[in-house]
Amino acid sequence: MTFLIQQTLLYAVPLMIVALAGVFAERSGIINLALEGIMIFGAFCGVYFVNVVQQAGWFAQAKENGNWVALQGFEVLALLVAALCGAIFSLLLAFAAINLKANQTISGTALNLMAPALVLFLIRILANQSTLYMSEGDAASWFMIKKSTLGFDRTADIGILGEIFINKVYLATYLCILLFIILSVLLYKTRFGLRLRSCGENPQAADSLGINVYRMRYAGTIISGALAGLGGFVYALTTANCSANGDVAGFGFLALAVMIFGNWKPGNIAGAALLFGLFKCIAASYASIDINGDGIYMLAQIGLSSNFYRMLPYLITMIVLAFTSKKSRAPKAEGIPYDKGQR
Amino acid sequence: MKEKSGGLFAKEGTKTVISSVISIIIGMVVGSIIILLVGLSNQSLGISSVGEGILLVFGGLFSTGRNAAGALTFGFNSTNFGNMLFRATPLILTGLSVAIAYKTGLFNIGAPGQYLMGTMTTLLVALSIPTGSSTLYENGGCPAWLVWVLAFLAGMLAGALWGAIPGLVKAYLNINEVLACIMCNWIAANLVTWVFENSVLRNTIESGKTGYIYKTSYNGVATAKLGLDKLFSGSQVNGGILVAIILAILVYILMDKTTMGYQLKACGSNRHSARYAGISDKRNIVLSMAISGALAGAGASLYYLAGNTEFFWSTYQSLPDAGFTGISVALLASCNPIGCVFTGCFMSMLDICGLQLTNLTAYNEYITDVIISVIVYLSAFSLLIRMLLTSKKKDDGHEDNANADTESDAGKNASSGGGTSSGVAGANSVKTASAAGKGGEAL
Repeated sequence: MTFLIQQTLLYAVPLMIVALAGVFAERSGIINLALEGIMIFGAFCGVYFVNVVQQAGWFAQAKENGNWVALQGFEVLALLVAALCGAIFSLLLAFAAINLKANQTISGTALNLMAPALVLFLIRILANQSTLYMSEGDAASWFMIKKSTLGFDRTADIGILGEIFINKVYLATYLCILLFIILSVLLYKTRFGLRLRSCGENPQAADSLGINVYRMRYAGTIISGALAGLGGFVYALTTANCSANGDVAGFGFLALAVMIFGNWKPGNIAGAALLFGLFKCIAASYASIDINGDGIYMLAQIGLSSNFYRMLPYLITMIVLAFTSKKSRAPKAEGIPYDKGQR
Repeated sequence: MKEKSGGLFAKEGTKTVISSVISIIIGMVVGSIIILLVGLSNQSLGISSVGEGILLVFGGLFSTGRNAAGALTFGFNSTNFGNMLFRATPLILTGLSVAIAYKTGLFNIGAPGQYLMGTMTTLLVALSIPTGSSTLYENGGCPAWLVWVLAFLAGMLAGALWGAIPGLVKAYLNINEVLACIMCNWIAANLVTWVFENSVLRNTIESGKTGYIYKTSYNGVATAKLGLDKLFSGSQVNGGILVAIILAILVYILMDKTTMGYQLKACGSNRHSARYAGISDKRNIVLSMAISGALAGAGASLYYLAGNTEFFWSTYQSLPDAGFTGISVALLASCNPIGCVFTGCFMSMLDICGLQLTNLTAYNEYITDVIISVIVYLSAFSLLIRMLLTSKKKDDGHEDNANADTESDAGKNASSGGGTSSGVAGANSVKTASAAGKGGEAL
């Protein structure tokens, strides 16, 4: 049970934060198909930052002394770097879509092609192999919060909630959840959020009220890029042992599906992300899931191929979308370049 | 307005070609700049390798290796040319697949999945029917050419069925086709792995090859060379490229000369007015996706029926590049079927350049992928480039001048190179085009 919840969170949190990235872009009127590419780029930048800093030895002392506060600070720095790089990368999309009024689907696809190519090119040059790892150690020994990091004994009983939420977890997971809540409030309860959403619904009306549509769309796309870059690094940190190989296993696209399934609303998105996280978790580890702790691996005993479980998240997406798509309501002006002269 | 005076440069086709060429040049320059930056910042690479890298990006097709002194040599390389045509075959077809869908207002990002399903079905058919010249079966009977044809058609059919799924859910359930295609891609990737996981078609004859499926030549099935191997000695080229060109011409005829093509395009420009005109939009969406899928499947068939290609069956973690490159091929060709033949060859040429780069220098083949992505990025606003090309000669008329006042902001932002009015003109037409491309429904 502990394992199931933790694993589900590991998959759900990147999905959730990247789906929110999609919401920010689309609510401002820009279709961000490049989420996958930005995730890949963010993951690479974060991992590279960790690698370089490790080589420079800034946190070697902290690691030596087991100073976990400093190490968590290091993790937060890497998250910030990934977010920053994601934001910069998304400027390419923003420039094409807002200033040049290009087709957003195509420019998004171009970024999706560009990110893995660029990242693989650089990794091959930098590391002389196809995957960039941490310079020393692994994600678990550097960044994971365990009982021992918090001063508990390895065998100490910290209760079921403690086992789930503070043993073998990453700070990044909770930061993302916090960020998700803060940004959801920003989008719905502040003046900025209202203005941003208005640009995705009726930019002409927004403009007539003195809102700078271009600036709002830039803001939406940049926030979107930052979140996607962050999500990419969180994915790499928590599920790929802090390594980058120019691939995030289609998470960016899955996040788009989560966003549509969640009807562009943060609350629904959180639920949808948890559902998908659960299926991803089942796909990754169905053979070792022991739901009620009696030592019987139920899903493994059914005897279905692992390929079926891997297929499941995508199949479920299709089925769920089939049932919900009639009700789904996309922002009205998304994908349409804003033209001041249009009535 | 000024149709007569324009001459060659005013023709729509010429403008398209010029804007594509500009995209290509900018893409290659960006690639060169990246090579330069990496070369300068990396001590072990040095300035001479930068020059070599850039030379290979532009002229890799003509590379003949290094001479005794270690300098790069260039000349006609029949192996490279033949391999270029061979690799272009699937790219042309996936390009056509994306192009035909795009013309009908659909973005077929599902070509990789259709390609995989085509691959699977083709291999199943080509390897399961015993032929006379088989090393897999003791006493075969079916003539190899018949098996080839059956396998090819089966691949097309599988692609068509797989392509029809996103079409169906788009038409009847209003699910965005981009999303449906992406989901279908991953479902296909897992399905193919599942089918081949315990299959008897895994290569157990050669050691260390169980990750691959038998080459079709084990069953005596291989695409006829048609003398092309003599023309380009030492390469893998075969008759498949001719099939691809014929299919491109057929698609051109279908789209430009038949009622069906007209209906498809009508649905693409405006789904609702097409329905008003009595064209069944739903049927056409499904049909368009099915044709797209068939073409992607055909590309896969031709590639894997070549007899010298092996399929790595454990694909669940990655999708075939040929499918995604199809998007670049189509966009660079402005979705013109005949243009796809040339852009397909161009993309495979870049591929060859990348190989030469990996083999001969410290750089690697991914730089060509960067170049391709830059080209796709530029083709997203190729309409704007096209407008900039002609705007100086063109008289925009009083209507646009009246608008120019209110739109000066847009103009300033839109045109980094040209004047305000050109920006406005470009902006307007791009907007209409992308609105049409969207087909009135949002992601």
